[in-house]
Amino acid sequence: MRRRFQWEPYILLLPSTVYLMLFFAWPMLQAFELAFRDENGVWTLEFIQRMVNDVNFWKAVRTTFILIVTIIPLQFLLALAMALLVNAKLRGSDLFVYIYALPLAISDLAAGIIWFAIFTERGYLNTVLYSLGILDQPYIFLNYQTAWPVVAVVLAEVWRATSIVMVVLVAGLQAIPREYDEAAQVFGAGWFTRLWRVTLPLLRPSIQVALILRTILAFQVFAVVLAVAGQALTVLAAEAYRWYGSWRNPHVAAAYAALILVLSLGTTVFYLRTLQVSEEVRV
Amino acid sequence: MEQTRPPMSQRINRGLTYLVALAIALWILIPIYLIALAAFSPRQLVYSWPKPLLPTSISIETMRFFLTSYGVLASVRNSVVVAVITLFLSLLIGAPAGYALARYVFRGHHAFQLLILSTRAFPIVILSIPMAVTFINWGLYDTVLSVALVHTAMALPTTVLVTSSVFIGIPKELEEAAMTLGCNRLQAVLRVVLPLALPGLAAAAIFTFVLSWNEVFAAAILTLQNRTLPAKMVVQLNESPIPFRFAGGFFLLVPSLLFIFAIRKYLFNLWGVKLK
Repeated sequence: MRRRFQWEPYILLLPSTVYLMLFFAWPMLQAFELAFRDENGVWTLEFIQRMVNDVNFWKAVRTTFILIVTIIPLQFLLALAMALLVNAKLRGSDLFVYIYALPLAISDLAAGIIWFAIFTERGYLNTVLYSLGILDQPYIFLNYQTAWPVVAVVLAEVWRATSIVMVVLVAGLQAIPREYDEAAQVFGAGWFTRLWRVTLPLLRPSIQVALILRTILAFQVFAVVLAVAGQALTVLAAEAYRWYGSWRNPHVAAAYAALILVLSLGTTVFYLRTLQVSEEVRV
Repeated sequence: MEQTRPPMSQRINRGLTYLVALAIALWILIPIYLIALAAFSPRQLVYSWPKPLLPTSISIETMRFFLTSYGVLASVRNSVVVAVITLFLSLLIGAPAGYALARYVFRGHHAFQLLILSTRAFPIVILSIPMAVTFINWGLYDTVLSVALVHTAMALPTTVLVTSSVFIGIPKELEEAAMTLGCNRLQAVLRVVLPLALPGLAAAAIFTFVLSWNEVFAAAILTLQNRTLPAKMVVQLNESPIPFRFAGGFFLLVPSLLFIFAIRKYLFNLWGVKLK
């Protein structure tokens, strides 16, 4: 056959490459420029200092990290359970799969509002606790002096964003040949041993992908926090929004954006290093 | 697992498995039920406590209040326009790349795939902050187009990967057969591959629509007057009355749930998963 240079694939890739340069690579550089350079083009650390010295900065950092370290492990356990159930092919599993996938379509704002309806003073949680006779007065859960706003946000996020982790894990599970599990069974390994010694190690690439995906999503949590907790909590993305939307200061907002970008990249590299399997980084 | 099944203990296990499966299903469904209940309660019930947990009095009063509130319908229209532009742009730009990844072996194949994947390691919506400055210079700030452009950047990597897996799923031989019968490559793609790819592409498009319809951060940053629905809601969230929030939350939810129902068969394929 002819072995001449093929143009077609490059032409087909051109539009998306140009688009990503224009609307991804370029604004990324711009975020750093805005964060470190003032209107007169002078390089400065002024905006970074303003960001760090702001009263809300460390609160936002703290809440963002608390959310990440509580949400991600919970999500993993739940997503693993869901993925194993989907993979177990129960009768009626089509319906279960559909229900488990529902939250994929639910926006963070809607999820936030839903959990606000549950946790608000005259909400459904207080109603249930009242009808069970546990409370006789509504309890104010979303009070910033308690840990409840964090709990509510964690539940909302686990509720909303576990499905995507499940999808990644199901993909991984389906790629594992059944023979491995059957072989372990022949040798008398119990369910838990098989899960721990066979399934989970083979699932490592998927776990890595899911972890990266989830952590990056967690750095941009925004609407859930705003909808559930209002002013009681703040996170990095909410501060970025406030500096642009309310104070009209693109420089400090860009400083937050730059920080979020650096943190995301940092965690990705961290996961790739510690979990050591690259290839197959699909999804 | 399929072949040998000792009866008694296995039956108990199965029962327990179902119980867990059911519990997780309820964990997902109950909050959706509650917001539907809240959105269809009459207004004085929305403020009342304790609330009924069963739909004892259904009313569209709260929903009507939300939909007739100032600016809501306009923002719904903006949301739809943004989502439709995003859907077409990302398919138009992304599907050719997906096809190239699926069908050609070429230098830079791996590099391009890495580029696409690495964009997913960044929270793209955060980039709406520097983009806002650019859009002000371009005179595009506060337009639906600016939001759609950022949403396209957000959806494009997924579109490329999904369309590539759709094209991989269509046997190469059909295309080759068409070409031996005298079609050129473009004709083969348009007449043979595209019709077969249509359901998968439609599912991808619907998913992009939902992605854009749901997006809050970029939309809130990039608009002032021409808000999309989520942007409008998040901006006035803390000042808006409770019935407005509940009805709005439910209204945001509905199209997403309907669309997901429409593409339920493809849901997993969208991530390259074939449910066996």
